[in-house]
Order: sequence, then C-alpha cells, then structure tokens
Amino acid sequence: MRYMLLIYGDESGWGNLSEAEQQAQMAKWFSYTEEMQKAGVSTQGDALQSTATATSVRSKNGEPIVTDGPFAETKEQLGGYYLLDVADLDEAIKWANKCPAAPTGTIELRPIQEFPDAP
Amino acid sequence: MGGDVDRAEEAVQDAYAVALDRWPRDGVPSTPAAWILTTAKRRAIDRLRREAALRDRQALLARGLEEAVRDLPGEDEEMIPDERLGLVFACCHPALALEAQVPLTLRLVGGLTVQEIARALLLPEATVAQRLVRAKRKVRVSGIPIAEPAPDALPARLDAVLAVLYLIFNEGYSATAGDELVRDDLAAEAIRLARIVHLLLPDEPEPAGLLALMLLQHSRRAARVGAAGELVLLEAQDRSRWDRAAIAQALPLVDRALTQSASAGPYALQAAIAAVHARAERPEDTEWREIALLYGALVRVLPSPVVALNRAVAVAMASGPSVGLALVDELVARGELDDYHLLHAARADLLRRHGRREEAAAAYQRALELATNEPERRFLAARLDECRA
Repeated sequence: MRYMLLIYGDESGWGNLSEAEQQAQMAKWFSYTEEMQKAGVSTQGDALQSTATATSVRSKNGEPIVTDGPFAETKEQLGGYYLLDVADLDEAIKWANKCPAAPTGTIELRPIQEFPDAP
Repeated sequence: MGGDVDRAEEAVQDAYAVALDRWPRDGVPSTPAAWILTTAKRRAIDRLRREAALRDRQALLARGLEEAVRDLPGEDEEMIPDERLGLVFACCHPALALEAQVPLTLRLVGGLTVQEIARALLLPEATVAQRLVRAKRKVRVSGIPIAEPAPDALPARLDAVLAVLYLIFNEGYSATAGDELVRDDLAAEAIRLARIVHLLLPDEPEPAGLLALMLLQHSRRAARVGAAGELVLLEAQDRSRWDRAAIAQALPLVDRALTQSASAGPYALQAAIAAVHARAERPEDTEWREIALLYGALVRVLPSPVVALNRAVAVAMASGPSVGLALVDELVARGELDDYHLLHAARADLLRRHGRREEAAAAYQRALELATNEPERRFLAARLDECRA
C-alpha cells in the first residue's frame, strides 16, 4: 500500500539550533532516508524550503491569482515528504514514528488513491 | 482426531467458552464434565470442517481487506479465533476515533445490529450507521490491518482494546445520563467481548483482570438499585442479591491476573479490590486494610486523582475518617477533581461522619450540582436533607 508521509513541524525551530545541532539533525535525516531505502519502503522523498518561499496559486476565468505564502498559515508547517510503499498502516506508523521530526512535530500518513487503469 | 494435542486443547477451550456463555443462561447441566467433553468433541469436528473452509476464506482475505470487513458481521460464532482476534485489534485501532471504535467493536466483534447499538449508546440510528460506514471505510482505505499487532506494539494496542471494552461496560454499568442506573444488556455484552479477548489471549494478565473486574461489578447489579430506582451504596446492599455465579467465575481470574506477571496491572488490581468486597459476607467483614494496600499499589500504576480519592476513602474505612479526610483535603487542594461529583460526595460523607454537618451539607450541595445520573442525584439529595434536618 502506498502512503504519503507528510512532515509537519515548526519551521522556526531550525533557526534556533546551533550549527552543531543542525549538523547532528541532518545526520539523523540522512540515516533515516537511508534506512527506508535499504528496507525498500521509500522510493522518494524531499525536504521543502520554508513557507516564506511558498507561492499560492488560484485560477479565475483562466487567469492565475498569485499570492505570497502557503495556502494557510498554520502553527506547524509542511516541511517535507516521503512516498512510502508498505504492507499496511501499522508498518507506515512504524516508519512515521522513526522520523526525526516526529518527537517535535506531527507526521501525517495519507493513503494514496490508486487508479487501476491510470497510465 | 489424529492425536493433535493443540486441536484437542482448543476444542476444550471452545467448549468452556460455550459453557461460560450458556450455563448462566440455561443452567448448569447435571453432568458438567460429560457436557464439556461432548461439546469439545463436537467443536473439534466442526473445527476440522471449518479449517477446510478457512483455506478458501484465506484466499478471499488475500484479495483485500474490503472483503474481510464486509463479510464478517453476523458470522461471529463460526469465526476462527485468529480472525476474531485480528478483528478486535482492527476495531480498536488508534487510527480510528474512539467514537468510531466503540460502535465498530459492537458491530463486528459483538455482532450487534445498528438498532441495538443505537439503543445501547443512546444515539440516533442514523448517527451509528454513519459512524460505521465511515469507520469501515477508514479501515479499508487507510490499510488498518486485521491482525494481531507485532509483539513490541502489543502492550499499547491491547491497552486500547481493553479501554474500549471497559468503556462499553461502564456505559451499561453506570449510565452517565438518564434515569436508568444500569443497562444490563450492554454490560453483559462488554463481559462477553472481554471473555472473547481473554480466551484469545490466555497468557495476557490484563484481559483476565478486566474480565474479572467486570464480572465482579456486574455481580452486584441486582443489589445496586432499590425498588424506587434509587442508588444503593455497597455498604447498604443486600448481599444475598449478589450474583454468586459471576463472583465464582471472577475469583480464579483475579488470582490468575495477579500472578501472571511480575507486577500486577491496573485491571488486575481493581479486580482484586472488587474481590475483597465480594468475599465479605457483611459490610463489617470487609478487609479495608487490604483494600487500602491494593489502592496504594494501584495509584502507583494508575496515578489518577480518582484513584487517589478512592484510596483516601479506603484509608478512612481502615483507619478512621480523620486520616481519610486529610487525604481528601490534599486532593481538594490540588484542584484536579473540582468538577468530579464523587470528590465532593466523598468529602461530604467523611465530614458527615465527623459530625460536621454544615460543611457536609455544603459538600453534598456541590456534589449535587455536578452529578448527572438520576439515581445518584436522588441519593445525594436525600443525604443533603439528612444533614440539614
């Protein structure tokens, strides 16, 4: 079963860390990604730039309506994702729990809608 | 049967399960041992037949959770134990909202109809139906496995299952709103479900503890409510109206739950406390010191202010109202139980026993403001009148 593993956290936290702490945290992220790849459960994942760099787009009468910022201001912001392929929700939960962001943020697991006849 | 020891054991266990279910209803047969053996043999034959069917079913299950969740209701008596255990854990999965876990468990594990569930939970049928549809969809779409959790996840997940079952029991044992103090059928259903979980996980102490606790509390149902629907306190209950068969079932379970692990769990301890009451022929025979000790142990594994309150009450009974009142006043000072009617009721009772009637009346008044269950309210109102008289 495929899931999006969505990583939410308070972005401002990163800036409060010392350089040493940031390096330590990055090491955790690399090791987490590697572990998932080795286990064959994740084929893709990325960190996202902060919401300060986000652009939101709506469309009206075929014209884009562009605004600065994320689609909603929230206490915890979307910071990254992984695409998971695991047996069931319990396995997805196991990996979400290991995520370096889990102790301070929230990991959302969303099952992917499969379209059997999609190209 | 080809000398298959496991199969034979399972068949006998099945027979006991049927006995536990039927005998309270139909009466104990004149030759219980023979009944068990005959039933066990019959169950063993049934099981062999079902195993052939199971191989076909497993092919079905492999095709998708959707089929499994859809096909199971109503067949609960015929279900193989492993499937049933997986279903229990699926219905009580933390990914489901608690308000979905309860009706889902009642429906898929208990086999209750939507109408019965609605009546039991005092909800409109449409609400129950909707919650079931959503919950089943969540199970299917989000991939909640219908299986026993991995060993490292089992303790937390089992806690969740037991919590749901105890919630169902408490709904029936002591309704939070309305006129009826107990809803027997719902409490009995919770017991049946707890028995299933216990029989499916016989080496786990807490399911045994919970089952014992429910049986002991349920054993007092006939004596808890008076003729006018009023609440009768434990100390005033007619103990001849206690269900001795339920107590007899519970006591060995208590021992089992207490000894099966290095440290006793919360349900085992609560059951042990209820067992001390059950063993007392008259209120004055109650071994309060033992109860106070058990509460002391309980407050360490379940450090809730409510447990601390109950301990204070037990200590008061064992060592006098002053000591108990001191403990209760400590809790009042901490402010955690301010909205809990039983804190004020307990305080009122201790003050009353001290002869401090004005303060007792004030506390009964406060308890009355917070209580929602009718028979409890009537009881508190009566005590309040006594203090003012």
